[in-house]
Amino acid sequence: MLAYVTRRRLWQTIPTLLGVVLLVFFLFTWVGGDPAYLLAGKISNPEQIENIRRQLGVDRPYYVQLWIFIQQIATGDFGESWATNEKVSAIFATRLGPSLTVLVPLLAVDTLLAIAAAMLVAYVRGSLTDRMVMIGCTVGQSISILVYIIVFQYVLAYQLGWFPVQGWGKGFAENLLKYSVLPIIVGVIVSLAPDTRLYRTFFLDEINQDYVRTARAKGMSEARVMWVHVLRNASIPIITNVMIQLPGLLAGAFLIERFFSIPGIGREVILAVERSDFPVIKAVTIYVAIATMIINLIADLLYRVVDPRVQLK
Amino acid sequence: MTQAAALAIGAQRAESPGLWTLAWRRFCRDRVGLVSFLIVVFFFGLMASSGLHLIAADWSKEVGVNYAPPTFMGPEVADGGPSAPGSHGGERTGEANPFDPLAGVLAEIRAASGAASVAEAQAPTLVLGGDRWGRDVLQKTIKGTETSMFVGLVAALLAAFLATVFGALAGYYGGWIDDFFNWFYSVFTSIPYLLLILAIAAVLNQKGTLTVILILGLTGWTGIFRLVRAEYLKHKVREYIQAADAIGASHARRMFVHILPNVSHVILVQLSLHVVLFIKSEVVLSFLGFGVGVDTVSWGSMLNEAQSELILGYWWQLAAATLAMALLVTGFSLFTDALRDALDPKLK
Repeated sequence: MLAYVTRRRLWQTIPTLLGVVLLVFFLFTWVGGDPAYLLAGKISNPEQIENIRRQLGVDRPYYVQLWIFIQQIATGDFGESWATNEKVSAIFATRLGPSLTVLVPLLAVDTLLAIAAAMLVAYVRGSLTDRMVMIGCTVGQSISILVYIIVFQYVLAYQLGWFPVQGWGKGFAENLLKYSVLPIIVGVIVSLAPDTRLYRTFFLDEINQDYVRTARAKGMSEARVMWVHVLRNASIPIITNVMIQLPGLLAGAFLIERFFSIPGIGREVILAVERSDFPVIKAVTIYVAIATMIINLIADLLYRVVDPRVQLK
Repeated sequence: MTQAAALAIGAQRAESPGLWTLAWRRFCRDRVGLVSFLIVVFFFGLMASSGLHLIAADWSKEVGVNYAPPTFMGPEVADGGPSAPGSHGGERTGEANPFDPLAGVLAEIRAASGAASVAEAQAPTLVLGGDRWGRDVLQKTIKGTETSMFVGLVAALLAAFLATVFGALAGYYGGWIDDFFNWFYSVFTSIPYLLLILAIAAVLNQKGTLTVILILGLTGWTGIFRLVRAEYLKHKVREYIQAADAIGASHARRMFVHILPNVSHVILVQLSLHVVLFIKSEVVLSFLGFGVGVDTVSWGSMLNEAQSELILGYWWQLAAATLAMALLVTGFSLFTDALRDALDPKLK
């Protein structure tokens, strides 16, 4: 397994990572224009602009700038935010916690509910329940996430007062039990519909297989057939899907974090885009891309655990 | 070839309908598909007639009072509502404030240009209500439909075009060209979609319909690319391509004249799928203020206004934008499903 990791995956990962670095560098250096003008703002004194350019290293040749960028990635030191002068690494360290407080329970609840719902409707496929749930999912999916957030926040928090409208506290327990509940509910409702639809097809693929008929033929209980045989086999694509969602989650709940004023990475990204705060966006993009590659690798190894037939070549 | 033989072939052709005829017949049997198709056609009509300024041309005119309620609710009563029409009318014409330094200037401007517009009657109610400035929500929704659909369609066409060209080259030639495009693909897919879009929006730092189309189209080709490439890998070794090679067809001809029609159903389904995806992305982008410009109305910018209106109790703009979007997206999704079933009968 170790040989597989080093020989194959690392070999594929390094060029991709290099590509991401080049893409981000290209975007922010050529497309983004001269950052000195963005920074200088109203003070358009040429001396000051020259000064800023020197500080940022923008006046140096491109290959030097690229090398500086690679050094920044390797050391994790992206300097300071242009808008707040906070260290980028400090932004990461303080914003990751709130993001994970919301997103880990969100993903767990969503996945469990989606698996349960999908298994149920796949079991009674073709029935009225199945069709109603599927129509509900299609319609539910077609409403923008924005509407869910706006309406839930307005009705449940603003009008009924069951949850705080927005905000973030100090302690972990307070955050999780008080401030994260509504964001998690909204997040689960938004992602439940597409996930249920998708997982239903995974279950249907397995339910029609021969081994299910064999299991039934030898008198196995329906519960055992579904929970042990079908679930185990259907879990392979489900794991893929959950893994695919992970890196997106890391920076993903932009909207939820923004609406509920959760000081997480997603909100930080939106703020950074609004303020043209390039160092923060650069750092988030690069590190999320690296996280994606690592997660893909872990997903490959997980398949092997779930399905011993999978060969890692 | 004699005439009789040609006729015989013609007759034979008439007997065996082509892929598209068969697909159309299968499609017509699908009732849900037909209804969703009609919805999509209706929205296309809406988009086209709005784009040609046949309807909703003067959406930006302030035809009603501020926050005019929908007609079926009747005009707001003066005592109950938070915004009695009377009080707003008072604000609008402006009782002279003795401390207002701009009073004189304002009065002049009003005298010069405002006379006509003040004289224009402002309706107390509108069909679907009015927004903060008294603009008709129905017309705004139609205009927003035009913007959002246009962005979704053109961006999807751009993405499908890129994906087809890349996928054809990668799948057909293989070798280092394939490696290169696969590398390109993995670079784009290792950055989460929304993050990539936001990063590009940050560096472009300019709003506008064209910007949104470019952002969505240039980042959204990856999913289609993978499918098109797989199809080309499958088709390039088939016998009809060998035959095309034998009669001396060039690579480009084999790729785009011989294989492309045979994989076009995959592209069509993906195109339709991506229209929905891009419409949703445009709404989010515009909502955040990185999308269409301030002088353009889209569903996203409507939702953005609706957010603050809801707290004041004015829900109609939110409802109108949500309904229009839900109807189109549901219709388009069901249409895509029906299209896929019709074009690929083996799939079930």
